[in-house]
Amino acid sequence: MNKNLLGLAPAYLVMLVLMIIPLLIVVDVAFMTSDPYGGFKQVFSLESFQQILYNVDWDDNLVLNLQYLKIIGRTLLLSAITALICVCIAFPVAYYISRQSASRKTVLLYLVTLPFWVSMVVRVYAWVLILSNDGVLESGLRLFGLVDDMDSLLYNNGAMLVGMVYSYIPLMILPIYASIEKLDINLIEAANDLYSNRLKTLYRIILPLSKPGIVAGAILVFVPCLGTVLEPMLLGGGKTMMMGNLIQNQFTISRNWSFGASLALVLLAIVLIFLMLQALRAKRVQAGEV
Amino acid sequence: MLNFLSGGAKRHDAKHYPGFGLIGVLFFIFLYLPILVMIAYSFNSNKIVSVWQGFSLKWYFSALQNDGLMSAVRVSLTVATVATVLATLIAISAALVLSRGKDVKGAKLSETVINLPLMLPEIVFAVAILILFSQLGVQNGLLKLILAHTCFCIPFAFLPIRARLQGMHTNFEQAAQDLYAPPWVAFKRITLPLIMPGIFAGAMLSFVISMDDFITSNIVSGGGATTLPVYIFSLVKQGVSPELNAISTLIIAISLLLVTPCWLIAERNRDASL
Repeated sequence: MNKNLLGLAPAYLVMLVLMIIPLLIVVDVAFMTSDPYGGFKQVFSLESFQQILYNVDWDDNLVLNLQYLKIIGRTLLLSAITALICVCIAFPVAYYISRQSASRKTVLLYLVTLPFWVSMVVRVYAWVLILSNDGVLESGLRLFGLVDDMDSLLYNNGAMLVGMVYSYIPLMILPIYASIEKLDINLIEAANDLYSNRLKTLYRIILPLSKPGIVAGAILVFVPCLGTVLEPMLLGGGKTMMMGNLIQNQFTISRNWSFGASLALVLLAIVLIFLMLQALRAKRVQAGEV
Repeated sequence: MLNFLSGGAKRHDAKHYPGFGLIGVLFFIFLYLPILVMIAYSFNSNKIVSVWQGFSLKWYFSALQNDGLMSAVRVSLTVATVATVLATLIAISAALVLSRGKDVKGAKLSETVINLPLMLPEIVFAVAILILFSQLGVQNGLLKLILAHTCFCIPFAFLPIRARLQGMHTNFEQAAQDLYAPPWVAFKRITLPLIMPGIFAGAMLSFVISMDDFITSNIVSGGGATTLPVYIFSLVKQGVSPELNAISTLIIAISLLLVTPCWLIAERNRDASL
């Protein structure tokens, strides 16, 4: 028996049985009929995909239903806004860190990555504690007589955005920092010697040269946001669902597996499209076209 | 203070951007304030979380006597330990073949397959493996968790080991071969000690990823096996409570105790290798 094959066999076996075959089963289930008693029946149908767009009314007519499209749209929009906010905060922070002394850099980078090692549930809970009704923020504001009574700050898009930025921003800082560190600092000096002001140097030199880091960070934040579950469940409410918790609900509360499987395929397709675009871009950059 | 904000840069330094330092400081406050607030309120003796009454450790005592919490800790530790050992062994074997094997075919494909869990949204993986287990009739909650966690921990164990193998000279291994060391002895005496930092980093990463996992564990668990994050989530769903603050603070303290030494070791190794 070939030694190479033997060494790779365990990894292939695990990925095949626990990853690839289950994914194929998901595809299969998405094209089956959902069983009203939970699970699914082995009867081919496109019902579950149709359900994303249409409701069936009493006369068996299809009625356009925007509910799920709205959730898909909200997921894309909130993930994009999260990535955008993260870039706006992460770029100055990464630049600031890169200008520090070597020992200070290590400590600051440690502080950036540290929250990542703290349980995600705990980090999201910290925001529940702060934003909830009669929570820390509200009591604090009341203490200073700034507010009397305010609406809950939880269960809306804003709370979810705060939670998502909070959870994923280290993923944006690290790649931007890496590309700023690689940037030849003499270029900034040269621009200054040639009478370029700071703003112009920022737009013409620093930002273009740190673009690979910004793009990598944007993908690293945007893609996990698309499938995020905790923030919409704890900080968002029933009216502000995202794809992650919509899919999860089909397997827990609603027990509509076929519909859940078809939604999972839609999410997977969206993610793959973005990853492919990124891979194509990386190839073009490598070929020196951009 | 002003000097701190600008990082000691001169005002006429072209590389200095005014305002960036302020954003930096505000960012670190944003990153740490929520956690610090939670830690502070875990010592609040008042049952109403947000109204400060006085210092007390009573929520810590009640947390440590909470049977649900302790059983979740046991499940999480068991799953994370077994999954880490399995994932690390599988990753070592695959990394060795891919960086030291002779004429390996389809190395690129193999790396893609091993890294599959990193590309897929976790909720899709969770749903897929849930359907698989229900089709196969796997009932044992602990077994389901261990299998799922082993799978998504493999790339986290694999990447640092592979990086270590690639960044390392093969001089010593060749010398061992030239001196007629049998392959197994050469591996045990030369390669293994040299890739130990990579193995350590990979195992550590797997362990933390497994301990922290929520999405997959939440969907797969059941059958009497609830992991720590899933248990905490169920508490958060019931609303904020001082005991929850204490539990969260304990978890943060343990993560810090685990991560800081690893970070220090990694820093020392990096300095040494320069």
